Amino acid sequence: MAAEKLALAKAINESLRRALETDPKVLIMGEDVGKLGGVFRVTDGLQKDFGEQRVIDTPLAESGIVGTAIGLALRGYRPVVEIQFDGFVFPAYDQIVTQLAKMHARSLGKVKLPVVVRIPYGGGIGAVEHHSESPEALFAHVAGLKVVSPSNSFDAYWMMQQAIQSDDPVIFFEPKRRYWDKGEVNTEAIPGPLHKAQVVREGTDLTLVAYGPMVKLCREVADAAAEEGRNLEILDLRSVSPLDFDSIQASVEKTRRLIVVHEAPVFFGSGAEIAARITERCFYHLEAPVLRVGGYHAPYPPARLEEEYLPGLDRVLDAVDRALAY
Amino acid sequence: MTVESTAARTPRRSASTKSTAGKRTTAKKQPGTEPELVQLLTPEGKRVKDATYDKYVAGITPEELRGLYRDMVLTRRFDAEATSLQRQGELGLWASLLGQEAAQIGSGRATREDDYVFPTYREHGVAWCRGVDPSNLLGMFRGVNNGGWDPNTNNFQLYTIVIGSQTLHATGYAMGIAKDGADSAVIAYFGDGASSQGDVAESFTFSAVYNAPVVFFCQNNQWAISEPTEKQTRVPLYQRAQGFGFPGVRVDGNDVLACLAVTKWALERARNGEGPTLVEAYTYRMGAHTTSDDPTKYRADEERVAWEAKDPILRLRRYLEASNHTDDGFFAELEAESEALGKRVREAVRAMPDPDHFAIFEHAYADGHALVDEERAQFAAYQASFAEEEGV
Ligand SMILES: Cc1ncc(C[n+]2csc(CCOP(=O)(O)OP(=O)(O)O)c2C)c(N)n1
Repeated sequence: MAAEKLALAKAINESLRRALETDPKVLIMGEDVGKLGGVFRVTDGLQKDFGEQRVIDTPLAESGIVGTAIGLALRGYRPVVEIQFDGFVFPAYDQIVTQLAKMHARSLGKVKLPVVVRIPYGGGIGAVEHHSESPEALFAHVAGLKVVSPSNSFDAYWMMQQAIQSDDPVIFFEPKRRYWDKGEVNTEAIPGPLHKAQVVREGTDLTLVAYGPMVKLCREVADAAAEEGRNLEILDLRSVSPLDFDSIQASVEKTRRLIVVHEAPVFFGSGAEIAARITERCFYHLEAPVLRVGGYHAPYPPARLEEEYLPGLDRVLDAVDRALAY
Repeated sequence: MTVESTAARTPRRSASTKSTAGKRTTAKKQPGTEPELVQLLTPEGKRVKDATYDKYVAGITPEELRGLYRDMVLTRRFDAEATSLQRQGELGLWASLLGQEAAQIGSGRATREDDYVFPTYREHGVAWCRGVDPSNLLGMFRGVNNGGWDPNTNNFQLYTIVIGSQTLHATGYAMGIAKDGADSAVIAYFGDGASSQGDVAESFTFSAVYNAPVVFFCQNNQWAISEPTEKQTRVPLYQRAQGFGFPGVRVDGNDVLACLAVTKWALERARNGEGPTLVEAYTYRMGAHTTSDDPTKYRADEERVAWEAKDPILRLRRYLEASNHTDDGFFAELEAESEALGKRVREAVRAMPDPDHFAIFEHAYADGHALVDEERAQFAAYQASFAEEEGV
């Protein structure tokens, strides 16, 4: 069947399955990815069907997971590794930043490292400490890495295919609070380029830019704003690095107002980069300063407080009011 | 097996003596002495018997012995040339291997062409054995690149500056070999300081769990910049392996024959599907850590002097001479070859062009990146603006 409704996690699962089927060099690695199918069941059933040589339960050692994936990639494999939760990627951060990101350049292009690092990220699931973070800016800042985050099942399926086919290392941020959201996936579609943003709602008054978990929130914001007679455009970035500034620019030239929404702390976040560049590109088009809505410069709070910390409908609507008031 | 009392510093360890390396390993160590090491050539150049390892060098011909000698001499000559080039301002930095020639040539010559080597930043002798042109090693120290050779040409990975990282790459590569059903093996080099890094411990775990065909070759040169091995470990390093479930063995790192034999044994285990081995080559860094280092601030001269008596090159020379394996012609020819190598390296370094300005943007990504393209264009415009000013 070409098109069906799949939960986002299931879409990734199907995508991984397809990759394992089509390319014998693709490997899945991570903690609990085998029998259990991962703590979010994203790799459910894959070890059963492809065996322990292809779907590998690893020791609990994140640096080891990424470091050995690098070695496997040097040997011609295409590892897709799972980091169990966002907050646990840091033991592997050294390998990702100093090795994975740089080996292609250091070898003057002789070595390619087609490694995908999957990271379930973001909050909103009532988890304990270190299970709800959004460290995408820390990776986007590093040359040599590509950073993407799908917001829906179709993209989750196809962006994973494209990430695995990429000869560059890709950090694949999965919006864990959207894992159970269902969406249409056409497995025979021809997807757009991996790093191209997408207008998911046309509008005229203001552009909301988001990716991953915040795209759905932005749709709700746009619906609420519509009731107040405001016509918002929504751009799903899909890729944080590279960032599709051309699409943002085109939208801002139309709407003349821009708000960036992400879960990560606003300070030094991807919104700061977008605001700076769009101000440069669109200075004479803008009717209002680029505004950002996101997390605070504070440790991710305990679950009972996360609704205060995370951007919600009202905070984004307030920003919309502020932007339109200029 | 013979015991050499190696340490010039007062030994402070009284570690357990059990190892997993088979019958060979029941050490007769007394508390307060260095644990025994595998040795086939004494510092005086006398060949001694070893029931376990002799067979790995049993068939070695006089010509091969001369080859090992030549490798060590040329490597030392290359290293000395690089050190002077640094002093002359031609290189920004140099990490000398002086004193570690036997460990590197012995282990390097044990590898097979289809094996894969993951070095740190001081493995000039291993690179030599792998056929990497010595001047290629100098690009990164001169500052014209961050690597400079194609790792797949000689199965010799780029130097790794971040301590210990490459042990995991080696393990992953070895896991790949096992998956491919190939019978080649991997050897990963690191120092005694690096043994404290989490990555090294993780590579031990992964290689043991997946039975990866990898040899961990630790050159314990007694120092990690200014920190002695005692600041890294309370037990002899080779004994670490036991806790991970594979054998560890300490070899006299200044004995090229022993290093060759032990590494052959370890590589053979790997090929036979017996998994990883840790080899600790007990040796000494006779020079400074790098040309930026000042060892007089932290170590006594007597220590170096004591180790000079165990010089790996001298040791093999004594053996060759005692066995009538050489004549004066051999040494004279080698001397001339050394000088020629020094000259060639010197000229190669001086002729090394600075990289093209646009190299900054080259190879940041395999598939390209919009931001890199944009910034390259900005950079080009900026560069062009100078040309306009100059009226070119
Ligand atoms: C992760 C990391 N920390 C610190 C350094 C700086 N550094 C370079 S070499 C070195 C000492 C390494 O000692 P050892 O592993 O014994 O190797 P040796 O240089 O003696 O061969 C240190 C601390 C580094 N390169 N990487």
